[in-house]
Amino acid sequence: MGVLSAILTLTLLAAVFGLLLGYAAVRFRVEGDPIVDQIDALLPQTQCGQCGYAGCRPYAEAIASGEADINLCPPGGEAGMTALADLLGRDPVPLEDEEAAAKPKSVAFIREKECIGCTLCIQACPVDAILGAAKQMHSVIADECTGCELCLPPCPVECIDMIPIRETPETWRWPYPAHNPWLEERGNG
Amino acid sequence: MQFPVASSPHLQGNNNIRLVMAQVLLALIPGTAALWWYFGWGVLINIALAGLTAVALEWLALRMRGRNPWPAVSDLSAVVTAWLLALALPPLLPWWQTVLGTAFAILVVKQLFGGLGYNPFNPAMAAYAFLLISFPADMTHWLLPSVLSGETLPLEQTWQAIFQGSATLAPHWDALTGATPLDHMRTELSQNHMISEIRQSPVWGDFGGRGWEWVGNWFLLGGLFLIWRGVISWRIPFSMLASLLLIAGLFWAIDPETHPFPAFHLFSGAAILGAFFIATDPVSASTTPRGQLIYGALIGVLVFVIRTWGGYPDAVAFAVLLMNMAAPTIDYYTQPRVFGARKEVND
Amino acid sequence: MAEHAKPAWDFHGGLHIEDHKEKSLGAPVREAAVAPRLRIPLQQHIGNAAEPIVQVGEQVLKGQLIARASDYVSANLHAPTSGTVVEIAEQPIAHPSGLPSDCIVLESDGDDRWIELPEPLADYARLDPADLRERLRWAGIVGLGGAVFPTSVKTNTTGRVVDTLIINAAECEPYITCDDRLMQDQPGDVIDGALILQHIVAADQVLIGIEDNKPRAIAALRAEIEARGIANLSLRVVPTKYPSGGEKQLIYLLTGLEVPSRGLPLDVGILCQNVATTAAVADAVLRGRPLISRIVTLTGNGVAAPGNLRVPIGTPIQSLVEQMGGYTAQAHRLIMGGPMMGFALPSDDLPVVKGSNCFIVASEDEIPDPAPASPCIRCGECVKVCPARLLPQQLYWYARSRDFDKTQDQHLFDCIECGCCAYVCPASIPLVHYYRFAKTEIWAGERERQKSDHARRRHEFHDARLKRQEAERQARLRKKKEALRDKPATGKDPKKAAIEAAMKRVADKKAAQNQEQEKET
Repeated sequence: MGVLSAILTLTLLAAVFGLLLGYAAVRFRVEGDPIVDQIDALLPQTQCGQCGYAGCRPYAEAIASGEADINLCPPGGEAGMTALADLLGRDPVPLEDEEAAAKPKSVAFIREKECIGCTLCIQACPVDAILGAAKQMHSVIADECTGCELCLPPCPVECIDMIPIRETPETWRWPYPAHNPWLEERGNG
Repeated sequence: MQFPVASSPHLQGNNNIRLVMAQVLLALIPGTAALWWYFGWGVLINIALAGLTAVALEWLALRMRGRNPWPAVSDLSAVVTAWLLALALPPLLPWWQTVLGTAFAILVVKQLFGGLGYNPFNPAMAAYAFLLISFPADMTHWLLPSVLSGETLPLEQTWQAIFQGSATLAPHWDALTGATPLDHMRTELSQNHMISEIRQSPVWGDFGGRGWEWVGNWFLLGGLFLIWRGVISWRIPFSMLASLLLIAGLFWAIDPETHPFPAFHLFSGAAILGAFFIATDPVSASTTPRGQLIYGALIGVLVFVIRTWGGYPDAVAFAVLLMNMAAPTIDYYTQPRVFGARKEVND
Repeated sequence: MAEHAKPAWDFHGGLHIEDHKEKSLGAPVREAAVAPRLRIPLQQHIGNAAEPIVQVGEQVLKGQLIARASDYVSANLHAPTSGTVVEIAEQPIAHPSGLPSDCIVLESDGDDRWIELPEPLADYARLDPADLRERLRWAGIVGLGGAVFPTSVKTNTTGRVVDTLIINAAECEPYITCDDRLMQDQPGDVIDGALILQHIVAADQVLIGIEDNKPRAIAALRAEIEARGIANLSLRVVPTKYPSGGEKQLIYLLTGLEVPSRGLPLDVGILCQNVATTAAVADAVLRGRPLISRIVTLTGNGVAAPGNLRVPIGTPIQSLVEQMGGYTAQAHRLIMGGPMMGFALPSDDLPVVKGSNCFIVASEDEIPDPAPASPCIRCGECVKVCPARLLPQQLYWYARSRDFDKTQDQHLFDCIECGCCAYVCPASIPLVHYYRFAKTEIWAGERERQKSDHARRRHEFHDARLKRQEAERQARLRKKKEALRDKPATGKDPKKAAIEAAMKRVADKKAAQNQEQEKET
C-alpha cells in the first residue's frame, strides 16, 4: 500500500509539473525572428558571393540549415563571424580567407572615357548602384556601392576600378589599447 | 619638432599595486607579531615558507604561460596571499602541507584562472579549505597560547617540529597543544554544557579566548590603518562584523546558555582577520558600494551559521568562499544609479 | 548683485589635483603676431564641414567670409587676416587620428586689413532673438570651451523654457588659464555677452559658475557686476575640484539638477555656455566682428615664457612657441587641451582651431610617459572618483573583451571621458582609451548596420524588380500564345479575310474597268 501511494503521488506530481511546463511554454513563448532572418541581419549585405553562395540571404539559409560554417564571409570580417558565433551559441572559428577579409573596403569607379555603354555591369550589380542605359554613360553611385566587385568580370573593356574608401577624422576609430607588458612573451620584457 | 603621443589622461596619481600590497603587509605586521608572541616561531616559519614557495611558483607559472614574470612577481600579491594563508595555518603544521597549500593557492586558484585580477575565489581561503578538508587532523592541532601553556617553544624545536614532524615533540605535545577557543566552545556545547559553566574555564579572557583576543585586537588595528589609508573600503569589514554581532546577539538574547556572547564571535577565530584582510580581497569580492554591504553582511551571517550548526569550528574561510560565488550576482543587482538616470539600473 | 554663496550640492567623485596655473597667469593676454601662412580647417566644429566660397588665388580681407556653413548644424569660417588663398586641400590637423582634413591655406599679406563689418547691434534688447541668432550664425561662433558646438543652434531653444543661463567659467583642468585671463582683462565683454545670451534664450536668471582658485577673476567680475547693478545675474563660486567645469557637473553644483542620461540641459530648463563663447558673442553683436581669433594658453616647462596669447585661427603651433621664447631643453610632449582630457600631438606644425584653448609643452616630469598597465585588481578606486557615477572597472572589462552591448548596459555614453578613473588606477590601465575605443567601435558598427540594412533593401528591391520584369514577360508571352490558340474558334483567320477582301476589291475594280471599256466601244 505504501509503495502504491508513493507511485501515485509521484505520478500526480509529474503530471502537475508537466502541465505547468506545457502551459508556460505556450503562455510565455517568445515570438522571435526565424533564425534565418536573424543571421541575415548580421551579414554585411555586400551580395558579393565570396562565401560561395548566391548572396547574403542564401548564405544565411545555408548557415541556418547547418550546411555552411560561419567563417566564410570576408566583408563581415572577424567582427561578423564573432557576432554570428554569439547568435548561434557556437565557438568562434578562424576566418576561411583572412586575406580577403583584410582587404580595405572599396567602392567601384567607372573610367568614363572607356565605357562603351553595354549595360553588362548594370545587370550584374545586385543593389542597382550603377546608373545608365544602353549606349548611355554608366556611372557608379558611390553611396550605394557595397564593394562586391560583381561588376568587374562582366565589363568587356575592363574600365572599372575599385577605389579604397578613405578614412577621415570623422570615421576614424580609436585603436584597441595595445602594448601590455604583462602579455609580452618572455624575452621581450 | 616631433613629440611622442599617448592617450589622455596624461597625469597619473602615484598609486600602484605594489604600494597597495605593501600597505596590506604593513597592516598585517602587528597581528603577526601578536601571533608570534603568543604562539611562538611557528607562524613566522610558515610565513617564510609560504612566501618563498608562492613567489617561486608564481615565477614558474608565468614562465610556463609564456609571460614576462617580473612585473607580476614584483607586485607582491603572491606574498600577500602566502602571508594570509600562513596566518590561518596552525603554527606547527608540517612543512609539506604548507607548501602544498601555497601551491594550490598560487597555481590552481590564481594562475590557472588567469593570474592576478582573474581569480573568482580568494586564493588563501581556497587553499585553507583545501588543506582543512584534506588533512583535518593536522589542521586542527593548534598550540596553546603561551599564557595558558606557560611557555613558548624555542626556535630550534619549532623548526624540528615543522620539518621533521611533530613526533620530535612527542613527550611535550599534550602540554603544548590544545583546541582553539572555537573548537573548545563547540565541543563543550555539544556536550550540553551551559555557557555560564563553559565560561568558568581558564581558557577564556575578557571577551574571547585568552591570547587569541589580543591577536584579534592587533589585526583590528591593522585593519583600521588600511581603512584610514583608503586601501580598503569600510563597507565590507563594517557590514561583516556588524551582521555577525547582530545575529550572534539575537541568538544569545534568545538563549544565553546555548549561544556564546556576541563579542566571543568577533574575537575568536579569524573573524577580525577575515573582515579586514580576507573578505576585502578586491579581486574576489563585490565591487559596487551597496553590493559590498550586502556581501559583507551575508559573510557575517554565514560565519555564524556555519560556526553554530556547521561541521567545522571556524567558518570564515567557507563563508568567504561561498560569497565569492555570489559576488558577481550581487554586483549585477546593485549597480549604482548613474548620474542623470532616473531610476536604479537593473537589467 | 554678486553672491558668494556656498554651493549646496557637490557631485560624486572628482579629484583634487595640483592646478599649475600660476605659471601662465602672470601677464595679460598678448596679441600674437600673424604667421605668414595660416591653415584654416573647414571642420572646426560639431556638424558638417563648412564649404569654401573662395577660390585659390583670391585675395581676401580680414573678417571676410571664406567658407559657409553647409547645413543647419555647421559653422561659417572667416579669414583671420588679409591675404591670398593659396591652397584649398588636405592638410595635417590636430586630431588624435593624425589624419589630414580639408583646409583653406591663407598666405597673409602683412596688412591685416579688415573688411567692412556689419552694423553693431547695440540695442539688442529690442531685437528678435532670431535676428541675434542669425548674427551669431554669421559670425561662426561655436562653443569655445572645447565642445565647439555651433552656438546659434544651441541657443535655438525652439520655444522651450530656459530658467537659468549658466556661464561656465570654471576652467577646471590644470594648466589652462585662458578663461581666467579673459575674465581679468575683459570682464565687461563677459557680462555683455551673458546679457545678450540671456535675451536670446529669455532666461530668468544668469549664474556665472567659477572655481575658487581664480580670486582675481572673481574680483574683476564682481566689480563689473556691482558697477552695472544687474538684478538677475550673479556670480557663484564653487570649490575647486576637477571636473567641476563639466557641463553636467557644473549644472548640478549650481542648481542641484541632474541632466537626464540621454538628454540635454534644456530638458531641465538650463542652458550652459563657456565664458569665452560669451565674450565672442559680445564681440559679434556689439562690434559686428566674426570669430577669427581666440585666447590660447601656452604653458609647461617646455616653453621658455608661458602665458596667454590672442591667436588668429589657423596659426601653426610652432609660431606660437617661437613667440613665447621657443622650446626649452626639457620639451618632451605637446598636448592640446588640458592634461586630463587633452590629446597628445605628434608635431607642432599643426594649426590652432576654434576649440584650441591650451597647448602644454611638457617636460618629462610634468607629464611622464605612461607606466605599463597591470591587470585590474577590481580595487574600486575608479568607482570612488567617477563624476558620472559609473562603474569604470566594469566598463573596462566589457570594453576590453569587446562586449559592446554590455558596455552600453553600463551606460558607456554617459562617460564624459574626464580621466579621473585612469588617474587613480593603481594598475595604470588606460581606461579612457578603452572607453573611447568602445565608443568609436559602436558608432562604426551603427554606420555599418545602417549601410547593410540599406543595401539589403536595395537588393531585395532589385530581386523584386527582376521578378516583376520576368513576370511581365511571361504574361506577355502567355497572352500571345492564347491569341494564337484562340484563332480557330472564331472560324476565320483575320489575315486571310483581309487578303480575300483586298483581292475582292481588286477584282471588283477590274470588273468595273472592263465594263467602262465595253461601254466606250
